[in-house]
Amino acid sequence: MAEFPPPVRRIGADGAPNVVDPASREAIPEPIARALAPSYGPERLRIDGVSIHYAGAAKPAVNQVTLPVRQGEVLALIGPSGCGKTTLLRSLNRLVELTPGATRDGRILLDGEDVDHLEITRLRRRVSMIFQQPNPFPMSIFDNVAYAIREQAMRRPGKGVLAPRVESALRRAGLWDEVADDLDRPALRLSGGQQQRLCIARALAVEPHVLLMDEPCSALDPISTGVVEELIHELRETLAIVIVTHNLAQARRVGDHVAFMYLGDLVEYAPTEELFTNPRADRTRDYVQGAFG
Amino acid sequence: MSSPGSTGPGATPPGRRQRLLGELRLWRPLDLAGVAAAWLVGLLLVVVAATLLLYMGYQGLQYVNLDLLVSRPQPGADQSQTGGILDPIVGTLLIILIATAIALPLAVGAALWIVEYGRPRWLARVVESGIEVIAGAPSIAIAIFGLAIFQLPLFGWASFAADGGGVFGRSFIAAGSVMSLIALPSIFATTREALQSVPRHVREASYGLGKTRWATIRRVLLPTVRPDIATGTALGMGRIAGDTAIIVLLLGATLQLQAGSDIPGVGTLQGTGSTLTSYVYNNSPTGEGNAPEKAYAAAFVLMLLIIGLNLLVAFIGRRRAGNDLPR
Ligand SMILES: Nc1ncnc2c1ncn2[C@@H]1O[C@H](COP(=O)(O)OP(=O)(O)O)[C@@H](O)[C@H]1O
Ligand SMILES: [Mg+2]
Repeated sequence: MAEFPPPVRRIGADGAPNVVDPASREAIPEPIARALAPSYGPERLRIDGVSIHYAGAAKPAVNQVTLPVRQGEVLALIGPSGCGKTTLLRSLNRLVELTPGATRDGRILLDGEDVDHLEITRLRRRVSMIFQQPNPFPMSIFDNVAYAIREQAMRRPGKGVLAPRVESALRRAGLWDEVADDLDRPALRLSGGQQQRLCIARALAVEPHVLLMDEPCSALDPISTGVVEELIHELRETLAIVIVTHNLAQARRVGDHVAFMYLGDLVEYAPTEELFTNPRADRTRDYVQGAFG
Repeated sequence: MSSPGSTGPGATPPGRRQRLLGELRLWRPLDLAGVAAAWLVGLLLVVVAATLLLYMGYQGLQYVNLDLLVSRPQPGADQSQTGGILDPIVGTLLIILIATAIALPLAVGAALWIVEYGRPRWLARVVESGIEVIAGAPSIAIAIFGLAIFQLPLFGWASFAADGGGVFGRSFIAAGSVMSLIALPSIFATTREALQSVPRHVREASYGLGKTRWATIRRVLLPTVRPDIATGTALGMGRIAGDTAIIVLLLGATLQLQAGSDIPGVGTLQGTGSTLTSYVYNNSPTGEGNAPEKAYAAAFVLMLLIIGLNLLVAFIGRRRAGNDLPR
């Protein structure tokens, strides 16, 4: 397992205690800070000077990134492929630790708690993830969701206990009406869009505070994409959502804030409309105007 | 589909053949010779296989009857007095059962450990090479090594020990244990390959839900690779059923099942017996039994068994291709 050294550096007020004040702007460096709008809910996740290095790579895949993730908003991560979006996302629930030789600097706070101090199974139930490829397990639809609900120590709870929770997760993911009549069907028989919504149901079933989505629509047709985007809109009321997308139109549609990354660096972070209509950095302007990427 | 020259439904469409011939005309002579040689070799193999099957079928069906299958073999100078092949059939099934029961958990466990944990890396390498060596070793070498092991006083319980302390070393336990090495590599290889081909994001989906490695293995990975484990197991069973050396050296190749002690059930496991392979070996014209008709019958039954196992493999493969995944 990868070794995670203690945080080496923090951006912001030097020497200040590592307490996250949702209203504090100090911890976020200019020019990023201009984006902090007061209208959003409490900060759920704080990415604080995070760098991630893969073994053998010359430069870090993610370099000194600081970002807030708040309740009630969708944060869209954009940038050309290979710029570190997935790596950053995977560090938020410490999945990046599964990669041998990967190391992380900086801190990630979930509701004020350092994720390195959280028990990993608990962390991953609070910060749930959707992947690029729909990846249901080779089980029935019901079992896919039930598997997520069962906690480690739980002896198999009966269907009676699980069924209402499975139903509510499937409803939240907007899949219930399509599958209710045959929950015992193998999940892999569903269409791609349904599979991805099943994965969302699975991720919601653990009742997370933060939902990470890594290009969740890139394997889906336009109609399924629309359904999933609709879902993201509804879910952000109750969850903080971070979505990686290389589809700028999608970032614009679903994002409340957008963070643009380039070669591991966070170049710009701004409210969505502002980033697209009035980007500050030249790189951002080139990218959103389609000059590269 | 049909070309302009075709005469109607049912007629062979000449279009395709002409196209093929036209294509062949463009080929260089050396290529043509190569293709012809490949065809010839292929046909020859088909002829050999068909002849073998027909011959075994002809000989087998001639001598196989229900009575033969359910009566016990008897020692006898004349073929008409040598009884049936019940004991070798039971022996074959018993050996398959014992060897598979040992090999399956070992092979699956080793594959899981190597793919999912793989640490320490040097030990994983050593284990993998070890299994490769076993896969490549001739079964007679494995057999003679196994005999040396099971004749150790330590393993006296596995067969029977004479009063003087000498250990016989031949029994169902001994042969089954050693035979597990014959099945282990194929189960290991198919399981390992299947695990390696499970996409990373499937594992991560499980870890991402806060599941432990063990829960992921048990509830996600094992169900995913179950068809491959079944395939490897069926292949391994075929290899077990077809092996003679280990049976001759380690099962004693006695005509009938002979209990090694008075304990019911366990006595049989401690005792000796034969399988279809050793029965064929002993009763073929080269062996001491000299009951070739019975040997043909037993060989035919053995072939049916192995063909059955191969069909099972194909069946599992097709189910998988049809995406009829386990639930
Ligand atoms: N498992 C890994 N091992 C080594 N390098 C990796 C690994 N995953 C990604 N990288 C590298 O890290 C950089 C960022 O990758 P990634 O986070 O996947 O980018 P994005 O999601 O923005 O396309 C790339 O240069 C990529 O080659
Ligand atoms: Mg990516």
